[in-house]
Amino acid sequence: MTETFLSVRDLKVSYRVGRGSLDAVDGVSFDVPRGSIVGLVGESGCGKTTVARALTRVMADNAFISGGRMLFDGRDLAALSERDMNALRWREIAFIPQSAMNSLDPVYTVEYQLNEVLRLRGGLGRAQARKRCEELFEMVGIEVGRLRDYPHQFSGGMRQRVAIALALALNPKLVIADEPVTALDVIVQRQILDQLRDLQRQLGISVILVTHDISVVAYICDRTVVMYAGHVAEQGTMEATLTQPSHPYSMGLRNAFPDLQGAASGVLTPIEGAPPSLADPPPGCRFAPRCPFSIEVCASVTPPQVEVEPGHFAACHRAGEAPALRERARHVSTWMAEA
Amino acid sequence: MRPPATDTGEPLFSIREARLHYRVGGALSALRGRSSVVKAVDGVSFAIARGESIGLLGESGCGKTSMGRLLLKLEKPTGGEILFDGEDVSRLKGKALRRYRARTQLIFQNPFDAVNPRFTIRAILAEPLENAGVPRAGHEARIVDALELVRLPQPAQYLDRYPHQLSGGQLQRVVMARALILQPEFVVADEPVSMLDVSVRAGVLNVFRDVRDRLGLTAIYISHDLALVRYVCERTIVMYLGKVMEDGPTEDIVHEPLHPYSKALVAAVPVPNPHQSHDPLPIGRGAPDPRNPPSGCVFRDRCPHAFDRCASEVPALRDAGTRQVACHLF
Amino acid sequence: MRDGAFTTRRPGLVARLFGTLRLPLNDPFAVCGLLIYGIFLVTAVFADQIAPYDPTEILYTPEYDLAADLLPGEEGHLLGTTSLGRDIFSQIVYGTRSALLIGITAAFMVALIGSVVGLVSGYFGGWVDAVLMRLADIAFGIPFLPFVIVLAAFLEPSIWNVVLAMALVLWRDTGRVIRSQVLTLRSRGYVDAARVSGSSDLKIILRHIAPNILPLSFLYGSIAIGWAILTEASISFLGFGDPQSISWGYMLQDAFASQALAKQAYYWFVPPGICIILVVSAGFFITRGYENLLFPKLGK
Repeated sequence: MTETFLSVRDLKVSYRVGRGSLDAVDGVSFDVPRGSIVGLVGESGCGKTTVARALTRVMADNAFISGGRMLFDGRDLAALSERDMNALRWREIAFIPQSAMNSLDPVYTVEYQLNEVLRLRGGLGRAQARKRCEELFEMVGIEVGRLRDYPHQFSGGMRQRVAIALALALNPKLVIADEPVTALDVIVQRQILDQLRDLQRQLGISVILVTHDISVVAYICDRTVVMYAGHVAEQGTMEATLTQPSHPYSMGLRNAFPDLQGAASGVLTPIEGAPPSLADPPPGCRFAPRCPFSIEVCASVTPPQVEVEPGHFAACHRAGEAPALRERARHVSTWMAEA
Repeated sequence: MRPPATDTGEPLFSIREARLHYRVGGALSALRGRSSVVKAVDGVSFAIARGESIGLLGESGCGKTSMGRLLLKLEKPTGGEILFDGEDVSRLKGKALRRYRARTQLIFQNPFDAVNPRFTIRAILAEPLENAGVPRAGHEARIVDALELVRLPQPAQYLDRYPHQLSGGQLQRVVMARALILQPEFVVADEPVSMLDVSVRAGVLNVFRDVRDRLGLTAIYISHDLALVRYVCERTIVMYLGKVMEDGPTEDIVHEPLHPYSKALVAAVPVPNPHQSHDPLPIGRGAPDPRNPPSGCVFRDRCPHAFDRCASEVPALRDAGTRQVACHLF
Repeated sequence: MRDGAFTTRRPGLVARLFGTLRLPLNDPFAVCGLLIYGIFLVTAVFADQIAPYDPTEILYTPEYDLAADLLPGEEGHLLGTTSLGRDIFSQIVYGTRSALLIGITAAFMVALIGSVVGLVSGYFGGWVDAVLMRLADIAFGIPFLPFVIVLAAFLEPSIWNVVLAMALVLWRDTGRVIRSQVLTLRSRGYVDAARVSGSSDLKIILRHIAPNILPLSFLYGSIAIGWAILTEASISFLGFGDPQSISWGYMLQDAFASQALAKQAYYWFVPPGICIILVVSAGFFITRGYENLLFPKLGK
């Protein structure tokens, strides 16, 4: 269970912009243990989707991996030839996009599209492919009769189920899901997450779940990687990062959500300001300009990953004081003073 | 903390059997008898007291956004009536309409869509002032005041910028400032934080709450997330396929939802807590199809408690303690 | 602090107008097209000064012979003369005038009518939309060139027939396209916002919708310039043109009727042909520039 099977080390992904380039992901390291769900959390522009795309090596035209390794079952995905990488895609690494509508072709039935994957990519025969299609639909909880339907005949949640079926078609070992439930209503969101977790347990696959929503992480993930402005701010087990956040950014996020289980009277703590521009990131800690706890060193020295407890890392100069900071982070006044 | 609601005791809005039906499919399919009617809002009645904040809660397609648009006269009801201060909103014209426009406002889901990208922040905020006939000389001061009200730090620096030069959180504050600049009495906020980054959501929600309290606003907050509704509204109306399912104090609905649909909504709210129930939701799969709602109770095909009567008889909204529920179980 | 801090630097009216029109000045083809237009425009304006003769005047040589079929350069005629002794260069110069007059008025009519129809139809919808769009359907059913010929047969032969015909028929494309654009613009949040804040329909159209469709009406306008000039040339060539006014199409017809081809009088029919090609393609170059500006992805 704890055996690491994907290990990302010092990953750096850059975008060519005009004559120069900017580093959307800069020195990201994390591990995915076999059979676990790892949540990659952060705001838009923090680099989480770029990491996910880099793992599949399906990236924007102007993006390239400019450093680091991605060891997947002993192979370095960053160094693999395009041909070898292509052989891995779908068979071992599959992708669930945010909007299933964009990944499904509106002019073909769902069955046709599933078949295409199964027969061309998986090399299955006609009869085998048909059997597998039905199996997959049963797995994701859609009536087999709907295989002949076109994508537009499905509701948003159903389409997301189809996308999951499509990703699981060839029994991958790793599934990367990019905001799979973001566009969905709470009820459908919950049902899709249940489905995803059940399948993950049942098939023993590993999942990287990219999301901006800590609640999604809390519901389904085993581990959390919090990203901020292209860096990893904090990582550890889901429980540790949520109950004992040790980076001021995660502390802020934790109290920025209304919690239905908590008392009604609490006031949410906003994090004032906005993430820095990646074209011109601030020196030192990238969160320092918005951080209520920043000290002199934060503005000049990039903080190292500090192991606050076994397996739980926070990239903060004051990680040692985390329990005290956590207490102060609960109060709105702490965050407002900074504004 | 809130200024006392205006005397009369009469509600600001009374909505009686409001309906908004669309015909889908063109004239041709109507000829072939295939046209269908979507009932976006179907016989909704409630009253909004002065100074009250009501959350309209439900999934997409439940009619919550249409309800908000009806209140603001962005759509014309196809049935029923909406009374604002005793006057029928759909009959407002000319001067009366202009007065009503100045008293009611809207805050949008996507701030980038809510402002014209060609205009500077100054021009965006000046438009309502122009319409209200505020002399040009007074604009500057009113604009800066409105931006300070929504806690945009150093507002002067934004006035000559264009929307794309602002972050989502900043722009949403500009949209709020535009809504508040004429000091309206009533505001509809349609999922105002769902498009924003998590770290700035709390800021916008706090501003919304504070401003509402300070100005004594009456507000409708539209969302599918009960946790957000609970943060800003003391009363919640749960909608499903154009009908009201449950209407009552938010805390009561959070702690003891009565309608089976409310129960599912409460259970589905995501919580940032590692220890939470993973039980399956008490609701059937699938999504509501507004073109083809079931007979009787519109929720019955997903309801775990449905029985014979639900298929034959539409449940009326009935009093149940502190609230009203539309379910045959009560 | 409020007083000094806001010295508005509002751009002048001209700059704002050009900003709204968004001339495609960074596209080399479009600049080339604008340049060609510029040259023809100057020629048209100063035709009286540039042309050495009246284009319809029948000229005689100093020996009192008819100055017919002179070759370029002979007797000081830059491009020679026609079989009736008229100066070809002067005809070309004056032809520019009628070509541009027709092209620009027709383009203006097409863009104006189309934009108004599109705006009204798309913004108000309902029965107004239904009526206008059925009218557009009827206009789509009218074959253009035969329509102009019939019109010319009923009315006096005149270059304005072309303009009238284009105004009556060609607004359909502009109207349709602008209507669909307005439909998407109308559903934008800022239009709702303007309504909620009390802006009138007219104000919303003028302020929030029209500026967004202006480049589109210019695109259709620049297409219409080429069309109008081509149509006028065709009509004149077919002999339905106005014999009183000199146009490039009339020159071609004249050359054809006088068997210039058999006489190998290339100097007679090639220059008007080149002029037509230049003006029409200049229009399409500009169109292309607008397209790149409006739909940047198409260019890639």
